[in-house]
Amino acid sequence: MRLILIGLTAGFFSALFGVGGGIVIVPLLLLVGGWELRSATATSLAAIGITATAGVIIYVAHGQVKPAYAALVGVPAALGALGGTTLQQRLPVRTLSFLFAALLLAIAVRMLLQ
Amino acid sequence: MTHYLLAVVLGVVAGLLSGLFGVGGGILFVPILTWLGLTQIHAEASSLLAIIPTVMVGVWRQQRYGNVRWRAAAILGVASVAAAVGGAQVALSLPESTLRKLFAALMIAVAAQIAWRARHKQQ
Repeated sequence: MRLILIGLTAGFFSALFGVGGGIVIVPLLLLVGGWELRSATATSLAAIGITATAGVIIYVAHGQVKPAYAALVGVPAALGALGGTTLQQRLPVRTLSFLFAALLLAIAVRMLLQ
Repeated sequence: MTHYLLAVVLGVVAGLLSGLFGVGGGILFVPILTWLGLTQIHAEASSLLAIIPTVMVGVWRQQRYGNVRWRAAAILGVASVAAAVGGAQVALSLPESTLRKLFAALMIAVAAQIAWRARHKQQ
């Protein structure tokens, strides 16, 4: 039940602000669900995979997806994700938590300035 | 040419953030793509496609570390899709700038809470 509410919240805000669901899912899993950081981020990635696939299907139907541009950033990002997950496994959770808090703060400030 | 090179580098950075923090990378993809000349809607649509290989690699790695909870992920993902479809309609009728500020303020509070807990846990 709690998971459904977290998912609904994430979907609502991503539709509203164009932020990915992850920025909502991970903090809620941490603070509301009491999850450990690594499983929260890993599960968030899998959830985003579902959301993004559904979104792509809708946008492709409207002819708004540019595959070449998606590959231009998506392929390097896949390599980056390889590094990111490896690094995550080696960094202490405490450090990761502070870095994640900093990321949230940066996004919030950017939203306020828009 | 340098535009594209920079896009590739920023793409790697987006992937790093994705792997580290469980986000899709769209937060960087969309600005990169609009900067390359795509319209906002094309950038958002293409960003979603770019997210797929990114999270696939991330999930594959995390699966090997035993961190993925599949049942929870399926529930979160499906609920999120449902709300995004419904939310898009509601979103159009709400005062966006006010909501944006509220959401940003909430995120700052959440960031503080996460940092506070991390600090507390150590002691």
